[in-house]
Amino acid sequence: MTKTIIEVRNLTRDFVVGDEVVHALRGVSFAIEEGEFVTIMGTSGSGKSTLLNILGCLDTPTSGDYLLDGLAVREMNKNRRAEVRNNKIGFIFQSYNLLSRTTALDNVELPLLYNRKYTASQRKEMARKALVEVGLENRMTHFSNQMSGGQQQRVAIARALVNEPVMLLADEATGNLDTHTSFEILTLFQKLHQSGKTIVFVTHNPELSAYSSRTIVLRDGQVIEDSRNTHIKSASETLATLPKIN
Amino acid sequence: MNYWNLFYIALRAIVSNKMRSFLTMLGMIIGVWSVITMLALGQGSKESIRSQLSEMGSNIIMIHPNMGMMGGVRQNASDQQSLKPADYESLKKECVHIAAITPQLTASGQLINGVNNAPSTLYGVNSDYLTIKCLRIKSGNMFNEHQIKVSAKVAVIGKTVADNIFPGVTDPVGQVFRFKNIPMTVIGVLEAKGTNSMGQDQDDVVLVPYTTVQKRILAINYYQSMLASAKSESESQAATEEITEILRRNHHITNPEDDDFSIRSMEELISTISSTTNVLTILLACIAGISLLVGGIGIMNIMFVSVTERTKEIGLRMAVGAKERHILLQFLIESVVISVTGGVIGILLGFLSAWVLTNLVHWNSTVQASSVILAFAVCTATGVFFGWYPAKKAARLDPIDAIHYE
Repeated sequence: MTKTIIEVRNLTRDFVVGDEVVHALRGVSFAIEEGEFVTIMGTSGSGKSTLLNILGCLDTPTSGDYLLDGLAVREMNKNRRAEVRNNKIGFIFQSYNLLSRTTALDNVELPLLYNRKYTASQRKEMARKALVEVGLENRMTHFSNQMSGGQQQRVAIARALVNEPVMLLADEATGNLDTHTSFEILTLFQKLHQSGKTIVFVTHNPELSAYSSRTIVLRDGQVIEDSRNTHIKSASETLATLPKIN
Repeated sequence: MNYWNLFYIALRAIVSNKMRSFLTMLGMIIGVWSVITMLALGQGSKESIRSQLSEMGSNIIMIHPNMGMMGGVRQNASDQQSLKPADYESLKKECVHIAAITPQLTASGQLINGVNNAPSTLYGVNSDYLTIKCLRIKSGNMFNEHQIKVSAKVAVIGKTVADNIFPGVTDPVGQVFRFKNIPMTVIGVLEAKGTNSMGQDQDDVVLVPYTTVQKRILAINYYQSMLASAKSESESQAATEEITEILRRNHHITNPEDDDFSIRSMEELISTISSTTNVLTILLACIAGISLLVGGIGIMNIMFVSVTERTKEIGLRMAVGAKERHILLQFLIESVVISVTGGVIGILLGFLSAWVLTNLVHWNSTVQASSVILAFAVCTATGVFFGWYPAKKAARLDPIDAIHYE
């Protein structure tokens, strides 16, 4: 019996724009088990960003329930949600969002600074471990602006891993990268998935769904498809077929 | 949340924006620097005025007869006859707060020595006068009790007088001059004292026994005034009260409004003059304070720019678990650290410029502990006050909007 990480039931989210009410989500329900690699797909305006914000505890639903690792997020106040983000979620953004003029190590350490559980030496140790996990053991003291896009995204992934979250939440994580680097990052995600991490990957790119274990497709605020992928493609194999750079 | 972490985060933000942080600090540095320097200059000038006045004898208490009315005509104070030798005797005997007391009678006229002559004033005093006025004998002696008793025709003269009527004589002791046909023998010469802070020549004096002026020259049975000196500056008030009490008793006065004498102490004069410099100091400090205010506004300005510029960073921090108060404190700590660091540098520069003014420009200036504490407090307050609003703005950002801010 695997553990349920995410459970959403009949989720709706309305925005009031002027006099109009926009229904961004209209009754979304699904559950994600521990160890799944889920792609949430949808075109622009499908409500996937709204869903991502809610799953990431940045926003709360208008109605419906959201249980993250057994905790009811809808009833939480801002501070409590900040704690949940700090302890249970690892964010990865399209534009990396690293602190400039700051070393990789200091960037990765950031989430731990907002958690009083850790001492300075523990923080350094955990940050180092996370950077090794994403293959940046030789770039620890490099500044974020001295790195390539792929390296920066690896730092961002390390930062998402450092607090040992119950799930990684990636928002168009390969959107800013060239194809070659995209597949490198995707390979890393698959590796993390194989080591047991739960990953929710939000994208508008249909190609990427073939590399995950499950695909949820959103359209007009509703789930129109929720399918398990029995034939997961290997990103590293795809990478090998790509023309070599340099 | 460990608050040291926030401190660490804020410090790192300051260090990674060295140039901007320094320029922001500059406003505080200049503000505090000028406040400290102005206050130091004000304090220094106050002290130098005080020490100049002290040279004239800081503990001096002057006892004059009060201006009185005679048949509806207000009389000149020195014509009043209320201060009697008996008053002098009882003050001398009974007062415990005074160190020295002398009657003072003056007579002006021409001093003549052959072809040389000069107008001057004879001061009829006793030997306590030297103590009271902080005078020293350069050569010869002061007149003694016996010479006072016999109204001896002897004089101790100041340097200006010596130069005027005994030109070319290296030591006038033993020389004789005439004053209104009375021959006076010089028995001592005073050490030169120069002009005082009010421009009076303190060396243009002739000291003679008070009995000589009283009996031989003026032929009166009262004293024009008396001078005393309190044992210390702090006792000057007590001494004044003591003298008042004794004189009232001697003169049978019950109603203070009927006082036929007036007492003024140098202490009062000093505090009057000091209050003028105080006003000046406050004025200078206010002008400097304005630059401190401008510095504070500079901090607020930069913090606002910084919040806007770092919106994305704030969004990220919130996404990874920073609470509103963490963001608020981070920005508040940043602005306080900037202003306090600027303040400390300003204080150090203030000390430096006070030292330079004192030792190289020779303007007396003293940095007081109180102005350092004031500057430090103002810096911290400025940091909090001008940092609060931008910090609040940062903390109120919506993480979703912030993280997607371009």
